[in-house]
Amino acid sequence: MTTSITEMPKAGYGAAFIRGLKSFALLRESWVGMVGAFLVLFWVLVALFAPLLAPFDPNSSIQPFAKPGMEAIKTGGTFWLGTDHIGRDILSRIIWGSRTVLIYAPLATICAYTVGILMGLAAGYRGGWVDDVLSRIADIILSFPVLVLYIIIIATIGASGFNIIIAITFASSPGIMRIVRGLVLDLRNRDYVAAAQTRGESDWRVMLVEILPNARGPLIVDACLRLGYVIITIGVLGFLGLGLPPPDPDWGGMVNETRQMAMAFPHMTLFPCIAISSLILGFNLLADGLREISLRD
Amino acid sequence: MNTDQEPILVCKDLCISYYTRAGEIPAVVDFSLTVLPGETIGIVGESGCGKSTVAMAIMQHMGANGGIKSGSITFKGRDLTQLSDDELRNIRGSEVAMIYQEPFASLNPSLKISTQLMEVPLAHEDISTEEARKRALQMLGDVKLPDPERIMEAYPHQLSGGQQQRVVIAMGLLSNPSLLLLDEPTTALDVTVEAGIVKLVADISKKYGTSQIYISHNLGLILETCDRVFVMYSGEVVEEGTINSLFTWPRHPYTHGLFACIPLPTADKHAAPLKPIRGQLPLPFERPQGCYYHPRCDHFKEGLCDVDHFKMEHVVDSAPDHRVRCLRYKEIDIRLQTGEGEKKEALELGERVLNVDKMKKYYEVRDNSLKALISGKRIRYVKANEELNFTAHEGETVAIVGESGCGKSTFAKVLMGLEKGTEGEVRHLGKDISDIAVRDRSPKEIASLQMVFQNPFDTLNPSHSIGGQISRVIKKFGVESDKAKIFNRVMKLLDIVKLPRDFYFRKPRQLSGGQKQRIGIARAFAGNPSMVIADEPVSALDVSVAAAVTELLMDIQREHKTTLLFISHDLSVVRYLSDRIVVMYLGHILERGTTEQIFAPPYQPYTEALLSAVPIADPEVTKREIVLEGNLPSAMKPPKGCPFCTRCHRRIGEICDNEPPPEQVVTDRHVIKCHISLEELKQVEHVIHVPDEAERLHARQSQ
Repeated sequence: MTTSITEMPKAGYGAAFIRGLKSFALLRESWVGMVGAFLVLFWVLVALFAPLLAPFDPNSSIQPFAKPGMEAIKTGGTFWLGTDHIGRDILSRIIWGSRTVLIYAPLATICAYTVGILMGLAAGYRGGWVDDVLSRIADIILSFPVLVLYIIIIATIGASGFNIIIAITFASSPGIMRIVRGLVLDLRNRDYVAAAQTRGESDWRVMLVEILPNARGPLIVDACLRLGYVIITIGVLGFLGLGLPPPDPDWGGMVNETRQMAMAFPHMTLFPCIAISSLILGFNLLADGLREISLRD
Repeated sequence: MNTDQEPILVCKDLCISYYTRAGEIPAVVDFSLTVLPGETIGIVGESGCGKSTVAMAIMQHMGANGGIKSGSITFKGRDLTQLSDDELRNIRGSEVAMIYQEPFASLNPSLKISTQLMEVPLAHEDISTEEARKRALQMLGDVKLPDPERIMEAYPHQLSGGQQQRVVIAMGLLSNPSLLLLDEPTTALDVTVEAGIVKLVADISKKYGTSQIYISHNLGLILETCDRVFVMYSGEVVEEGTINSLFTWPRHPYTHGLFACIPLPTADKHAAPLKPIRGQLPLPFERPQGCYYHPRCDHFKEGLCDVDHFKMEHVVDSAPDHRVRCLRYKEIDIRLQTGEGEKKEALELGERVLNVDKMKKYYEVRDNSLKALISGKRIRYVKANEELNFTAHEGETVAIVGESGCGKSTFAKVLMGLEKGTEGEVRHLGKDISDIAVRDRSPKEIASLQMVFQNPFDTLNPSHSIGGQISRVIKKFGVESDKAKIFNRVMKLLDIVKLPRDFYFRKPRQLSGGQKQRIGIARAFAGNPSMVIADEPVSALDVSVAAAVTELLMDIQREHKTTLLFISHDLSVVRYLSDRIVVMYLGHILERGTTEQIFAPPYQPYTEALLSAVPIADPEVTKREIVLEGNLPSAMKPPKGCPFCTRCHRRIGEICDNEPPPEQVVTDRHVIKCHISLEELKQVEHVIHVPDEAERLHARQSQ
């Protein structure tokens, strides 16, 4: 016997954190993943330090129709990305808007995942009529065109941050449920699940402690991709006027408000669009990178 | 075999390496091999010893990260390492063919057998479709497949595993290759099916003059199929020789170790237990200096074995092609080596722990087809267990033997409370548990009936640490509740299964297969069970590891007086460790009795066939050959009479097809289910003949 331990180990959250960092460091080996992580990290930092970074108040009307690079006459300073038709600084609005996106998109994704995972676990593990009922519900929701579904929901319950989360959860949890269900169908036949069953563990413990952690690989990758879709959705909802109520900055809303002037003043729509797509691209590349790593080992 | 002939294949001083992120990994070192026409060469070794890498190198199909570092592979005078891709493509499949372990993975599931078979001659020769078809049909007949016409039109999933493997062998033979590589061709198959395939493989070289390289981890199979053997250890050949010289006079300590690990008919769990090889196979980049085997060798001599790497040398006083890689082989006394494990006390049997009485388990299958709706037969039954009767006592090892689909796992599920029995009783410690689900059993009842699972790579949850998983069991069973006490109990369990204590912090992926299985055993014994069900606990492990795990299991059993219910298909392991055997076929118990009673006449005909199918790695043991025809019938439509009537070699007529066989009591606890009278069954000869010491000596002297 090489070592002998007689002391109880201390619960090590610090060690777990370091292990988490280490597995993240594996991402270095995929340049695609690194680019994605960089893009996402960039926007996270922007959102965190929005008050320091934004040169102007995002909601105050300063100087309408300023071209990118023009000086602000009254207050001083430069409109690096120009202003919109009401005279608000686009750069500041994009910076503050990143907060909206990075708060609501992950929140909505987490909610959708919670519901989707619970449904998927129940359907996949219990099978039988539970599976039949849940799967049919999912089929019905998935048979609606997504956009129509959003419009119906938001139009019924009103446009607000909270309601966006509800709408997104409702529309995307069936898709998540299907993925989880598929993974569970495979994992539930493992011997360690049988071992847990034979020692009389409750169903929920088997599902959450024995099965779910082993499905995390594909789920994390899917969550990154889905986060990208949710950002698109929030953008689209903003564009349709179903997003956050004005005047708070919202990337989709910014495109919507200025789209009639897009021909004459392309900067008003172009920059918010670039912001949206760079963040989505970031999440998609990150997902690709994670998948690449998870396939390797 | 003719020694004057030009050899088919010559591998000379072959070194093969894989290149990975961790650097160069030498997979095979210094490998030399000559294959003569019509000869069958066996390569035997444990997993990771490089035997499959050799086969891949001969096929020149190494993958992107593998390469031949030095040496040559000459096939019929051409150096394979120098050929272009096009030239190799012409050789592969036409002159060298390979057969893999899993037949269902080798056949394309979306193409008919005919398409896949005809492709071989069509790709390599300039012949017409009709000609190719004719040859494919002919070949299917040659590999003894019934009704070749029907099989030609079938898809792979419509055939059984054994039939699929025969198709794969037919495919390999179709272009009449001069060399056939078989990589564990029967590992995925049942024993009686395996016996058929082995016979076929042995016939091929006779009939077609094809040279074969047969790769296996099973010494018994090698003995039955090959002319010469190569024993590999950690990437190099440690001993080679003809079957006769190597099996009779093994010289290398590792070869000895292997023989001491397999339960030969001479082994006995009390008097002559298995002797596992200590330590572990070194990883390729951790190989020691000098002899790779020296850290595990009992004859290690410092300053000699651990200095330089040395070459194979001829064994003095043996056949000219018997070579060994050992500096001390002359000094080692072989006789001291064989079967010299520690002697162990037999357990006295205690009171009755398990009593199975007319237990039945039927699964309902709902048929939703239109036909079933009209005929009204909506519900059909799969009869997984039919009238099971047997008992087990404290400290006893009862083995349930049968091939896949015989219902042994279903029975385990009913015992564990994962399924409910349909009828009858299963009394554990006096209480009928057949229809109590595991959820409704008390923690104490659950703890007293635990299970060791089959697949070591599946038995532990990869997401949780070893310590956490064992602690959970202890907590759940209410053995201890205080955190410090639980921890101490885990440490004690780790000691019992002979693993280092710092495994507490490890994740399952950091453990080898044998270590995982030990943790599985620790988990099962966490709550001091009165009975443990072991579902093929060692079938997925290498022989030396399996021996260690088997011995461990029995040591713990001895100490705790646990009843062990050992589920297995391997009769040689079962003969070694069990006191009583229950033979199952298609949900029925066909024979039950003590181990001696099962291995001696009267036999139930199925038992007889099973015994004959077990490969035994001892050239002096002779067996009667019984090869079963046909496949296991479906449990949805079992035969009306005796379940075994469709494949029985002793079928006596209509009565077998129409009437279920009666239980015939031979002695107190030896029962045979058969229509043939006991008097007649008693006339049958022994299937396995083990020579006694005098006969052995005589045989050796006359050689």
